Amino acid sequence: MKVVVDFDLCESNAVCMSIAPEVFEVRDDDFLYILNENPGPELHEKVREAVERCPKQAISLEE
Amino acid sequence: MVAGASLAGTQAAQVIRRDGYDGRLVLVGDERHYPYDRPPLSKSYLTDEVVDEDRLRLRATADPEALGIEWRLGRSAASVDLGRSILVLDDGEELSWDGLVIATGAGPRRLPNQADAPAGVLELRTLDDARRLRAGLEAGPERVAVCGAGFIGAEVAASARERGLEVTLIDAAPAPLDRVLDTAAGMAVADLHRSHGVDVRLGVGVTGFERRGGDGPVRAVTLGDGSTVAADLVVVGIGVAPNTGWLDGSGLTIDDGVVADETTLAAPGVVVAGDVARWPNPRFEGRTMRVEQWDNAVEMGTHAGRRLLAELAGEAGLPFQPVPWFWSDQYDRKIQLAGVVTERHEMVQGSMAEGRFVQIYGDDEGRLRGALCWNRPRQAIQARLLVAEGESIDAARERLG
Repeated sequence: MKVVVDFDLCESNAVCMSIAPEVFEVRDDDFLYILNENPGPELHEKVREAVERCPKQAISLEE
Repeated sequence: MVAGASLAGTQAAQVIRRDGYDGRLVLVGDERHYPYDRPPLSKSYLTDEVVDEDRLRLRATADPEALGIEWRLGRSAASVDLGRSILVLDDGEELSWDGLVIATGAGPRRLPNQADAPAGVLELRTLDDARRLRAGLEAGPERVAVCGAGFIGAEVAASARERGLEVTLIDAAPAPLDRVLDTAAGMAVADLHRSHGVDVRLGVGVTGFERRGGDGPVRAVTLGDGSTVAADLVVVGIGVAPNTGWLDGSGLTIDDGVVADETTLAAPGVVVAGDVARWPNPRFEGRTMRVEQWDNAVEMGTHAGRRLLAELAGEAGLPFQPVPWFWSDQYDRKIQLAGVVTERHEMVQGSMAEGRFVQIYGDDEGRLRGALCWNRPRQAIQARLLVAEGESIDAARERLG
């Protein structure tokens, strides 16, 4: 699984960070950083939830 | 069977399918569009030079065939027979179900005389509404009046202003967003709009409309204090009411929403989700909530879908105990509220004057219950987690300050 963020859409709402902090981090500069582009299977469900709950539909997965 | 094809209903359908249900799945939606995302309708849909409606489509059903859903679009649920497990549509079609998700959402509240309002008086809930409003804004009105300074009204006012139009924002409450925020925070929203040149009128309600000529389009809004506000485009955004009329007499409990238990179950085999649903949230001492927010629609749709599958498998359900969270974009401000607002508030970072702050809300036991953040997205989400963990105000001040 590869995590892809469309940074033109991302508004740093940080919902993804609350669901999968191992993968997503919004820092003090208010930008989103991807900590782990290829999360392991143990994180897949969390990452899927982050994808669904992104208010901008800015995250996608390449399986 | 899913009644309601917007965010909550679509999400429930997606979860039901993904978690292994392979039977018949019917999605009923009263709009003729495939499910789409509503938040942009009051913001980018109105301000962008070019709009691409395909981008509004909800991703889960971007390919309508993907989930094996039988669509009933442009049709609405008319009644339900719980005893026979039958959903009746407006055209008389009867659909029998093993499980039912009720996610029929909410519809705009209207002014008493709005049905007879002149041309040029619009509302905003659906994509069709947004098309009309965008066309109205593109026509270059001389003056726009927005009746109601809730989220929709405030965002529409900001969008109209960004298009360079003259805007008056009117609300009977003492401050904008009065149902959601404390008055001081609401006044900061009023200041934000005033600083962008909006004429903000508070504490005075709209009583009617004046027409151009005898039966022409709108030319002014009349207010409770006897004054009038000139406007050739009017947007009424005075909140929404849950769409429960079709359930009168069904045997379900209706009380400003369809009432469910703490697991989102409203009756055997029936779950509820989204704007239409009221349930006791264990996270807030079982206080009943009906949440009209985007993230709740997704989270509750997910929960309700799983709850229904558990029900069908004869298993017990888990409580639904989210910390509500929403965002609103107005001008260059991102306003976010996590949890609930209380009387006990405290600014822990920044200030309203700076337009960038974190204000936290506590209860009498010293626990954190919510946080309001302006242009502080990370802290809003951190606060949401802290509320979920039952953290103290003291800890929150430390972590968010």
